[in-house]
Amino acid sequence: MNPKRKSRLYLAVFLLVAVSGTTAALMVAMEQNINMFYPPDQVVDGTAPVERTIRAGGMVKDGSVNRDPDSLAVEFTITDHMGSEFVVAFTGILPDLFREGQGIIVQGELAESGRFQAKEVLAKHDENYMPPELMDMAQEIEAQGAAKSSDPRT
Amino acid sequence: MTLKELWHKLGSPRWFYHMSTPWVTGFGIAAALLLCTGIVWGLGFAPQDYQQGNSVRIMYVHVPAAMVAQSVYIGMGVAGFVLFVWRMKLADVAIAACLPFGMMLTALALFSGGVWGRPTWGTWWDWDGRTVSTLVMLFLYIGIYALREAIPDVELRGRASALVAVVGTINIPIIKYSVEWWHTLHQPASFTLTAKPTMPPEMYLPLLVMVLGIYCFAGHNILSRMRLEIVRRERGTQWVRELVLPARAAG
Amino acid sequence: MQFDSLAEFVAMGGHGLYVWMAYGATLAVLLGSTIALRVARRKQMLELRWAADQQDASTTTETQGTSGA
Repeated sequence: MNPKRKSRLYLAVFLLVAVSGTTAALMVAMEQNINMFYPPDQVVDGTAPVERTIRAGGMVKDGSVNRDPDSLAVEFTITDHMGSEFVVAFTGILPDLFREGQGIIVQGELAESGRFQAKEVLAKHDENYMPPELMDMAQEIEAQGAAKSSDPRT
Repeated sequence: MTLKELWHKLGSPRWFYHMSTPWVTGFGIAAALLLCTGIVWGLGFAPQDYQQGNSVRIMYVHVPAAMVAQSVYIGMGVAGFVLFVWRMKLADVAIAACLPFGMMLTALALFSGGVWGRPTWGTWWDWDGRTVSTLVMLFLYIGIYALREAIPDVELRGRASALVAVVGTINIPIIKYSVEWWHTLHQPASFTLTAKPTMPPEMYLPLLVMVLGIYCFAGHNILSRMRLEIVRRERGTQWVRELVLPARAAG
Repeated sequence: MQFDSLAEFVAMGGHGLYVWMAYGATLAVLLGSTIALRVARRKQMLELRWAADQQDASTTTETQGTSGA
């Protein structure tokens, strides 16, 4: 390769590596701030800052949704199904996909008491897509499996 | 033909023009067939999602648009690298040809994403890792376009756009891995080449058809633009004259 | 077919606005870029043909050929 071309090659590669390296370093340094939301264990153990607008997320705990009959106020518990959970209070319209067991992201302030006052509630959905008929079948199979395993006769 | 021979041939815009003729037609026909099939399938025959209902059909345009927009950027980055190091004219033509469709696909990905997010997440827009890095990609496309419009000198223009294109490729892994590195609102990839699909075939197949269709459309679009530019640059030559007036050129 | 009537198809179970906005934009992009390319190609051909005609006309009226366009 002729020398001028070689030096251009080196320059291009150097620039690419320099910019990539800088970006990677920035991302690692800002790790804490980039985390898009705090999961339940970090909310509970004190990692998540209080009295500051932050985002937190997890799953809506079954049976924890309490709606006020006279207003749009609602309370529910967010859990990670691994032992950590916290209560969220929100006034407003919940997204269509909000339901028990759904992944949820809340934006608002965490109080010292551990209660989260949400200003915004967003529903997160995973990358698993399923037609309703298959979902019903899957749930039935699961239910049958659970019934079998709890059957004392087998 | 060896790789080295191919490389040297690419130095000739004329060779490229003639070589690409069957490809342009092929991509065009394939795109038309795949996209017509995919759109009808996705809109009318694929099932709903148990959670999202019919809004899941937006996936069949959003995912292909996003994927191909990224691939076109990578192609543009490669062309930029080649232009910068080897000064290959065809690479400059390739960069210019990738810009319009790449921009439109990125905008389409962002728009369709927002339209999908509204009924599902609950918001048109979220400052999330993937959405922001895709927006950055749109700005890169627009920026390179503006750069090229602003610089009249062909060599300088080529080198400047090549540099931005190459450096901007580092944004692509950020788009891809943001959903894995960080806790984000945007879900992980629905479509990867390596992992098993996270959806049943009734949903996966129309998605695959649409992804292939948009790739073919991009191939057709970008090659066509390259050919347009090649003819423009070589308009004084005999071979272009033969293109334009095949009968008369003999005389 | 997942829908029992045209009305249902348009309504998309309440998500019609979103689905049709997304697909509408897609079709606009696909058709728009195809048409734009066709138009540009035709324009280029016409211009080149015109230029070639000019060149031919001037070479037939002069006894000596002119150099390139």
